[in-house]
Amino acid sequence: MIIKVCVGSSCHLKGSYDVIDQMKALLKKYDVEEQIELQASFCLGFCSKGVTVKAGPAVEVTGQEGLFLHNVNKDNVEDLFVKEIIPLLTI
Amino acid sequence: MRLFDTNVQYIKYRVLKEVIRRACEGGLEEAYMEIPAIISPGPKATTRCCVYKERAIIQERVKMAMGGHAGNPNVIEVIDIACDECPIDGMYVTPACRGCLVHNCMEVCPRNAITIVDKKAVIDKEKCIECGKCTQACPYGAIIAQHRPCVQSCKVKAISMNEDKKAVIDNEKCISCGACVYKCPFGAIVDKSLVLDVIKLLKGSEGNSRYKVYAVVAPAVVSQCHWGKISQVATAIKMLGFHNVVEAALGADITLYHEANEWKEKQILSTSCCPSYVKFVEKNFPELVTYISHTVSPMVETARLIKRSDPSAKVVFIGPCSSKKMEYTLEKTGGAVDSVLSFEELQAFVDARGIDTTSLEELALNNASYYGRIFAKSGGIVQGITDLTASTGLEGLRPIAMNGISECRMQLARLKAGKATENFFEGMACEGGCINGALCITHSPRNSVDVEKYGSEAKEKTIDNSVKLFKMVSSPA
Repeated sequence: MIIKVCVGSSCHLKGSYDVIDQMKALLKKYDVEEQIELQASFCLGFCSKGVTVKAGPAVEVTGQEGLFLHNVNKDNVEDLFVKEIIPLLTI
Repeated sequence: MRLFDTNVQYIKYRVLKEVIRRACEGGLEEAYMEIPAIISPGPKATTRCCVYKERAIIQERVKMAMGGHAGNPNVIEVIDIACDECPIDGMYVTPACRGCLVHNCMEVCPRNAITIVDKKAVIDKEKCIECGKCTQACPYGAIIAQHRPCVQSCKVKAISMNEDKKAVIDNEKCISCGACVYKCPFGAIVDKSLVLDVIKLLKGSEGNSRYKVYAVVAPAVVSQCHWGKISQVATAIKMLGFHNVVEAALGADITLYHEANEWKEKQILSTSCCPSYVKFVEKNFPELVTYISHTVSPMVETARLIKRSDPSAKVVFIGPCSSKKMEYTLEKTGGAVDSVLSFEELQAFVDARGIDTTSLEELALNNASYYGRIFAKSGGIVQGITDLTASTGLEGLRPIAMNGISECRMQLARLKAGKATENFFEGMACEGGCINGALCITHSPRNSVDVEKYGSEAKEKTIDNSVKLFKMVSSPA
């Protein structure tokens, strides 16, 4: 799976790098570094709802948008990671 | 509000605007026929001998706006019929000469080229070396230097005259800096526009659904569009059909990081971000090429970042620079950038699309650090590398900012002769740096202030996060 953290200007101003740092730590903490690749994206298109994180399959499939998480910040990222992203791994 | 510095820029802008409008809305086929008559309606000529010549010249400008002559590899071309065959007499004694007794002109001439004949100074062209001392010595200011503005602007002596007294560019010597483009008072030297390619890219993306088109803007942009804040300019660019706007200054942060490492390794280093400067070194100091950083320019670095995170992306660079139009075609950039627009072309594009610049929303444009943003002005890289090496405890950096080609030539000659005391050489072809680039809309001292302010408004005060991003994107965790 690939997790893309938006680093477009709007998200950057809202703390993309904090989210990226946390996300890196979480991949380690939950021992999923092998399964999840962390990437950055220049604008995922939700500038008013940043920071936006997209979790999707490694190979993009047309019609499957993947999961978008909005308003992510360094305080809620772990919560969202456990509730929303970890379950996707088992599918 | 006056947009441009010169009328030549304004005419170029009007031509571009017409071409862009037609490319987007239809009617491009008639461009050659119709645009000249729109811009030079007649019946009286206003700038040339007759309205037909004016229109013929506009036709050539249309050609340049549509990509120029494919057979000429240079991005800078002379419009033959627009060249006004300026006098090239050198030192010229005007009728203001009073044949005075002191004749300072004679005294000051180092080559004894001046004599007084019939109470007038006469200059022997065979002896005259055009040093200009007589022009300053004459108390009446009666001696003037007649040089062609294009020739004077060209610091690599690439412009000469043909037998018809028309300017000719020697492509072997030309470094595509564009100085002559801005300086020719008749607008006879012009940069090729790639705007039709850009429109094709945007159209082909089908609203960024087939692939996404990113605009990468040079930091100098902040001093250019006085109709709005930088955040509104970003909105306008997006409205042209780009998926998003990214600061080239982000790549500049990363360039700075690489250059600091490279300097540590090599101990003597010169910057690589100005393509005209690099060409200048290649053509005039081939033995110094080894010192030029292997780091790619901020434009290419930013484009690579984007394409690594979105492999099908297309990237258009928007900047103040004619030589970026040359750089993006170089093999070493690996096709990272798909096309290049100038600020002049951006302005024409925005206006051709009828975008109301008075009521634009603000779109955040904030990725890069202070240092990446001040790359735009001469001395910016020196400041960045000085602070960066200091913060990492590296010692021994002795940097110098070489501002403009003349200074680059002087300092590189010292380096070549082993007389240089510095070990880090920032080279920029345009005097003042990119904020004074040839294709800037305005060339005002205020530009430097604007860029400094823009730099200080960056969220990132250091390049740390940009470097983090670079590392993550290039080798995913």
